[in-house]
This record gives sequence, structure tokens and C-alpha cells, in this order.
Amino acid sequence: MRDLLSMEDLSAEQITRILDTAEEFKDLAVRPIKKVPVLRGRTVCNLFYEDSTRTRISFEVAEKRLSADVINFSAKGSSVSKGESLKDTALTLQAMGVDAIVIRHSAAGAPRRLTEWVDAKVLNAGDGRHQHPTQGLLDLFTIRERLGHLEGLRVAICGDVVHSRVARSLVQGLATMGCEVTLVGPPTLLPPGVESWPVQVSHDLDSVLDALDVCYLLRVQNERMAEQFFPSAREYARIWGMDIERLRRLPEHGIVMHPGPMNRGVEISADVADADQAVIVDQVTNGVAVRMSCLYLMLGGEQRSGEQR
Amino acid sequence: MAGCRVVDPASGTSRLANVVIEGQTIRSVGEESAGLRIECDGLVCGPGLVDLSTHLREPGREDAETIETGTRAAAAGGYTAVCALPTTDPVMDHAGIVEQVLRLAREAGHCEVVPVGAITRNLDGAELAEMGAMHAAGVRAFYDADHPILSAQVLRRAMIYAKTWDAIVINHAEDSALTRGAQMNEGPLSTRLGLQGAPREAEEIMIARDLLLAERVGARIHVPHVTTRRGVGLIAEAKARGARVTADVTPHHLVLDESVLEDYETRFKVRPPLRTPDDIAALRDGLQDGTIDAIASDHAPLPADDKDTEWDTAPAGSTGLETTLAVCLTELVDAEAEPDDRGAGTLSLLELLQLLSVGPAKARDITEHGQAIAAGRPANLVLFDPSRTWAVDATSMETRSRNSAFDGRSVRGHVIHTVLRGRFTMNDGRVV
Repeated sequence: MRDLLSMEDLSAEQITRILDTAEEFKDLAVRPIKKVPVLRGRTVCNLFYEDSTRTRISFEVAEKRLSADVINFSAKGSSVSKGESLKDTALTLQAMGVDAIVIRHSAAGAPRRLTEWVDAKVLNAGDGRHQHPTQGLLDLFTIRERLGHLEGLRVAICGDVVHSRVARSLVQGLATMGCEVTLVGPPTLLPPGVESWPVQVSHDLDSVLDALDVCYLLRVQNERMAEQFFPSAREYARIWGMDIERLRRLPEHGIVMHPGPMNRGVEISADVADADQAVIVDQVTNGVAVRMSCLYLMLGGEQRSGEQR
Repeated sequence: MAGCRVVDPASGTSRLANVVIEGQTIRSVGEESAGLRIECDGLVCGPGLVDLSTHLREPGREDAETIETGTRAAAAGGYTAVCALPTTDPVMDHAGIVEQVLRLAREAGHCEVVPVGAITRNLDGAELAEMGAMHAAGVRAFYDADHPILSAQVLRRAMIYAKTWDAIVINHAEDSALTRGAQMNEGPLSTRLGLQGAPREAEEIMIARDLLLAERVGARIHVPHVTTRRGVGLIAEAKARGARVTADVTPHHLVLDESVLEDYETRFKVRPPLRTPDDIAALRDGLQDGTIDAIASDHAPLPADDKDTEWDTAPAGSTGLETTLAVCLTELVDAEAEPDDRGAGTLSLLELLQLLSVGPAKARDITEHGQAIAAGRPANLVLFDPSRTWAVDATSMETRSRNSAFDGRSVRGHVIHTVLRGRFTMNDGRVV
């Protein structure tokens, strides 16, 4: 694997390999010394053009547990606010001999552009409304961990699909792994051209609940209300929000997921967020292991694994 | 000009002949041979090309283009006249700038520049610019370039006011409330690439609105860079009703569909966005049946730094003056067919030259260009080798900018000479 830009680029075998490797790394987290030397001497830069404390910390923990040297670059208060372009920043990092760049950017395709300017390997940590492959992978990991397998599972993804890179990555990942996906939400929040996706579409959450293995709730941003994608948060919560009554209608083994941060009371009620069936905290934990796995496989750690792991 | 294939769309004829030029005019087209003899065996001699839509950028953005470099590019592309858009800084919304542009163009001397004035002051869509003063300075058409006039009332007033001189009103057809934040054509691909889509209705609604307004008040209207199937249909219907409407399409919208955006290459970012193969088919039908009057380069030079960036922040536009003839010849005209025959192509060579010269000149009342190649007419000509192939190389063009949507493409048709009022502006492949 050279770069990791999109879930689209990954075959079922590659996804399984990433998840299997992540499982090994996850065991590490429960050991007293949570560190392996596989990326010792390698430099990884976290290049964050968009605020994301959760994702950045998750990557940083993953990189440090692999013993990589970590540079954090956040656009705020940096040369970028003085007008430096992404290309110039990239060339600077290149000149400093960075081995891999983890990039988060508000523009779709920015990681793809970055690969044209640098030799370093590029890992997409979220670009615009395009892709967020490690989030999709950690979601797959969490589902497999909890339900034992992926193939044939029925998954609903509910909410703001049109603006969600998480949904794009997850839908592709689930489809590759043989799951049945239903997108649920108001038509204004479903993307144009959705007919060409390997999914079912429903506007009625209640009608799909009792057959689901996984109900994945997407964050509904407040500004969508201002843009009139739906009339009010209350109306959204009533029709598409997951509350305790809807949770009871899920099969006993069914799980509730959310990429965070949650709007409690809008797409998910507080009691559901804290229920046993919600695996939202597991998703965060697994994020570190999955990101370790991706970085390890990208940076050619496998050749060194014989001697060091 | 000895022994060239004279392809004359104004008379619909094609024949082998010598073209004798005396002073600024054509003396004869036939057997006569006189004066300096230029061997033109194997070359096509057509009327000098006319571009409806050229951003020359000067004054204001001389880092992107100047009138000198832009008109050099025009000469290199076979153009003898270009319509300069008001996207200068300050905006070409008053007579002073019009005069400045005309003076600089005269000094450069590489092609005729026909200034297009702004409809509203500072292109803000609110207050009318001083059309009368600009008309007196030589402006015949008014256009706010890529700033659509959203207020139907403002556009309607402008149309009625422009009737004073029977001037042409042009409006960028885009309902910008529908395209806010849009980065490409809306559809499955925009969703997959995560780029916000511009729905085609944003263009079609405005075309429909503008046509209704123009028809009601009896104004002349030109629809620039049509890109959708329904857009073509709306224009065809209006023409059938007798509306005074003309329309153009760009080479990139005729040749490239949205699938080239896969790698987020910003040189393909144009406005309106590249659409689908179905739209391309409709645009080509529109050329064939006369719905579309002209192919316009929409030459929009941009500095390299502006384009070498993330897709979202890159401005839209492609250069075009130096590639339009060759791209259209390669993609639309059957190399094996006779000049008056479409063969397996979309257009015959005669039809292509009609769309690149006679059509645009008529759409702007430019009487010195797009004329018949005949005795007594102004000697504005292009001579090109229709079979010579070359690779488009954005780094070796006359235009100051490098943002060509056709960079790297192999094309057929090479301009050898361009003649402006009897004088070479391009001679033996070099701009003079």
C-alpha cells in the first residue's frame, strides 16, 4: 500500500489484512508498555488544515506507539494563516525528509493533489466531503469485533449522508465486505446520484429498525438547519433521531454507532448514547489500533517486523 | 498566397486558388499571381477567426495576461479579432477603460480587439454602467462576464436600455443561489469525489428566464457557453419563435466530459463545469442544426500559482486561443472528408470555419471580419496546415498563462500564417 486516499482503493483482502493487523496492535494497548519500535527513525507529519482534536490525537497516539517521530502541523496560527499554499507547505515537509504525511483538509481531493508534490506517503485523514478511510476502517473493525463477522450484515446509515465523508468511506467499505446497506434520512440529506450506489434508500427509520444488525448515526450539523436542509432540530429528532424506544426495536444483538462528536438530543438521545448497545467508545479505542495498522502497512513495517515484532 | 485551398464559409465554397492581397484588401481569388509570392500548397485558407469570449486581463492582472501577450496568442491561434471581456481591474464599465484597452490593442497590433462593456457598474449586478458612453467609444455588446445578473429587473432594464443602439446583451447563465459552493457538475461523480455539484437547472433556469425577458422586450441576446442538453433545447425553441438570440459553446465543453476530474486536476476546473457525454452529444447536435452560432474559446488565462492548489481554491478557467482551431479540427472534423462534407465527423471543415469566424462576427456585428474571401473584402485570413499534428504544450505558448485544459493532448491542424488587414500577424509559424 503506497498511499491511503480512499476506501475505494482497498480490496476485501486488503481491508481484512488491515483489520487483522489492527487486532494485533489492539492487544498492545492493554500491556503495561504500549509501544513497539517498528517505525523507529521514521518521521510522520500530521498536517491538519481543519480542526479535529479527536482524529489528530488518535493519529498521534498511534504514531507514538509505533515509535515514529511525530511532527504536528496545524494550519491555525501557522504559515498558512500568512498565506502559504498547501503546495509550498508540502515542499517544505518534503525538503525536511518526512516519510509520511497524515493530512486533514477541508478541500476534497487535497490528499490526492499532495501526492503529486511530495515523495512521502500520504494518508488521508479526511478531505472535505470526500473520504475518511481510517474512520471507515475503524468502524468495520468495531462491527467485526462486536458481531464476529461482516459479510451479510444489515447496516443502516442514518442522517446527513450528503455532507459526510465518513458515510462515503463506510458505504464503500461495507459494500466491499458484503454487507447490505440502507441509507436513511430526509431526501435533502441524501446525495445526488445515490441511485448508483450499492445501497437501499429509505426515508423511514422505523420501517428498517427491526431487521438491523448495525444502526450507524451520523452527526447532524447545526448549520444544516440554517441552510434549510430540514426545518428544525426537534423535527429531525422526532423523525430520524435514535431514542430509547427505537433502540428497543433493534434486534438484541444490534449495535448503535456514531463517529462523534455527538449532538445528544438530536440524532441520538443521551440514554441511547450511554446504553450497552452503543459502541461509540469502542470506536474511539479501535481508532488507534486501526491507524497503527495503516501506518505500519504503509511505511513498509512488514519487512522489519521479523526482526522487531 | 499561392495554391491554397480556399475554404470560404461566407459563400459556402471551397476551391484551389491564389489569393492576391493588395494593401489591406483582397485583390483577387483565382489564377492571378502578383507581388510577393507565398507558397501555400497543402494549406487551408479561411477567414480570420473571431473569438467571442477572451479575458485579456489588462489592466489589473498583468501577471495572468497582457493585451500584448493575449493578442499574440490570438494571432498564433489564427484569430484576427477577439472580443475582450470586461474582467479587468478596474472593471471595463466606463469609457475610459474601453479607450485604454483599444489604445493598448492598437499598439500591440496582433489582432483587432473588440471591447465588451460591463452591463452593471463593477459587475455587481445592481446599477447600470454607462452604456452610452461605452457605445460611443466602440462597444457593441454588454456582458458582466462570469457574474450573472440575478435580478430579472436589472437585466430587463439593461435590455430595454441597450435597444437605444440595438446593442447585444449577454448574461452568464447561472442561478448562483443554486450553485453556491459548487465545484463541478452535480451527479453521481460529484458525490463520489466529494465535490459539491452545480445542478444543470442553475444554467437552464437562467437561460429560460433571459430568453423570456429578451423576447418580451424585443432585445438582442446572446447566450454564452451553453453546456446542457436542455439549454440547447431552450435556445432552439426561442429561435423557432423568432427571438433575436445567438449562442456559443466552448471547445472544452464540446470535447471533455466530467470524467476527467477523477484526479482533481485543476486545469479541468472551468465554469460552467464540464458536463456529461449526453450533453456533449446535444451540443454537437446544436452545432449541426444551427442552434449554436459560434464556438468561443472562453480564453481565461490564470497564473500557475492560482491553479497549482487544492481543487476548491483553484479559480475556474482554461486558456483557449491557441488550441481552439486544432482541438475542434481534431475532434469535430473528419480528416478524410472533403471541405463541404461531414463524413464521419460532427462538422464539415466549412461548417467549422463558419462557427469560428462568420458566425461569431455576425453575432457581434463585427463587419470587418468573418467576411467572404473575395475581391474587395478586407484581407483578414488564416492559413493552416490541416494535417500537421502537434502536442499541446502549455509551457510553450504565447499566452502568459499555462492553464490549458488540453495540455498534453495530441491535436491536428497547425496555423502557419495569420493575416490582419493585409499584414502578417503570424508568418511561417511565428507571431510577428
